[in-house]
Amino acid sequence: MIIFFEYIGKSVLGILDYLGSLFVLLLECLSWIARGAVRMKLAIDQMASLGVDSLLIVVLTTTAAGMVISLQLANIAVQYGVVGVVGGGVAIAMARELSPMLTAVVVAGRAGSAIAAEIGTMKVTEQISALKCMAVSPVRYLVVPRLAALVAMMPVLTLFSIIFGTFGGAVLAYQSANIPYEIFWDSIVRLTVLSDVCYGLLKGVVFGFEIVLVSCYQGLNTGRGAAGVGTATTSSVVNATILIFITNYLMSLWLFPAS
Amino acid sequence: MADDVKKENAGEESECKLDASGMEQSILGPRRPMSDPAISVRHISVAFGGRSILRDVSFDIPRGHTLAIMGLSGVGKSTTLRCLVGLQKPDSGEIYIDGKNVLTLPPNEFDKLRKRIGMVFQQPALFDSLTIGENVAFGLREHTKLSEEQIQRIVAEKLSIVDLPGMAHLYPNQLSGGMQKRASLARTIATDPDVILYDEPTTGLDPILSMVINELICDLQRRLKATSVVITHDIRGALLVGHQIAMLHKGEFVWRGTPQEFQNTDDPFVAQFREGRVSGPIRVQ
Repeated sequence: MIIFFEYIGKSVLGILDYLGSLFVLLLECLSWIARGAVRMKLAIDQMASLGVDSLLIVVLTTTAAGMVISLQLANIAVQYGVVGVVGGGVAIAMARELSPMLTAVVVAGRAGSAIAAEIGTMKVTEQISALKCMAVSPVRYLVVPRLAALVAMMPVLTLFSIIFGTFGGAVLAYQSANIPYEIFWDSIVRLTVLSDVCYGLLKGVVFGFEIVLVSCYQGLNTGRGAAGVGTATTSSVVNATILIFITNYLMSLWLFPAS
Repeated sequence: MADDVKKENAGEESECKLDASGMEQSILGPRRPMSDPAISVRHISVAFGGRSILRDVSFDIPRGHTLAIMGLSGVGKSTTLRCLVGLQKPDSGEIYIDGKNVLTLPPNEFDKLRKRIGMVFQQPALFDSLTIGENVAFGLREHTKLSEEQIQRIVAEKLSIVDLPGMAHLYPNQLSGGMQKRASLARTIATDPDVILYDEPTTGLDPILSMVINELICDLQRRLKATSVVITHDIRGALLVGHQIAMLHKGEFVWRGTPQEFQNTDDPFVAQFREGRVSGPIRVQ
């Protein structure tokens, strides 16, 4: 019994220690940003590799998600004779929940793992030590540009995801339940408000912070050798995904309280 | 490579050794006068997970001189270097570089000091996303306000010193191991550091290339008048580049002397290492 409680206690302390380390990394990044130390060239390069290059996979994933939601919603709506809520239902689900979260999970898997692997490899090949020896902060040089890039790109990716997810939903509603595009669009206009989209984009920003901080932290704390890089990469995806789901739940409670 | 640094008889005083001189200019500003020790290490101890790595290690290196540290793998040689440059914090002791205790310096002050220190790592540690030219220019772009034209001139000059002219456009993975080591050396000396730390600069290289690197180190000492610490297993190299040689064993300096003394001493640690004998006070674990 004591061992069980020891295990629980150690786990809780470990999680708090981890979150504290992420917070310290965030503060260090913000202090560099406040001093105007963002290297724009590096940030723009990262916008391309982390953001633009993720666009296709984000659009594919969320379009499919929008179609699935629409399929389920349209069938039920037809049965109960409320086809006028399908468009709004799909758009709200995409804007508030699915687009921000799916975009974040896809980006964590694609870009977050790449960040952790790149920085982890730099760690095990002593490139990080070389940066420190040259009086260049690894946080300033490696983390801040990635943070600026992904925090700027996540709302853009989320917006594309909302648009394509809803469009996919409209196509499927028409194909599977014969719901005309005009009714679908009219439902979106009636049921959806601007804040749904804005809060979705806000979630995207928060998830962008989480993905970069987790993946950079894992990279900077990579263990020895190739196995260390592998572990860091896996941990970055797993930890970022868990953090995204928990944060999404908490933000949804805060932003969309039950009326 | 200059003939004056080529020495077959390593027992003699190396010709690359330097005379003290007054203030000089480097890219990063004026150098300090060569009167006081550039590096002074006082009673440092380091332990990892209860295992003692360094025990009460102390040494001084006069400005412009080179200390070659030898010893078996895992006796604390690299840890000593990492302590000097702040990559490893000792559990106790003091480290003075340019008269400043690096262990108590605020981070921004330590960064100012680090700009005057260059380190050549055991692995080349070149930034693999940058070209060789960008690697060499890295410190100049970070810490100086030199124009791009001046930076390119320095890059070409440093690459020429390490015998890699015209290689600036290549990426590290396009170079051989020996060329990467030399490129790493060029990056280290780009800012004309006052202190250069070499962590096994010749490990993994063939004997001829090892001697090329050793002669390069001598040549740099002559050109830059830098204070250096060289970690090496290469006895010929240590005799060539070191003003002083120290033997580290189980975290302690067991012997220290000149290259000539190293060759002539009967000290059992040095004799065993010098002759490569299995039997003796040094036990391989």
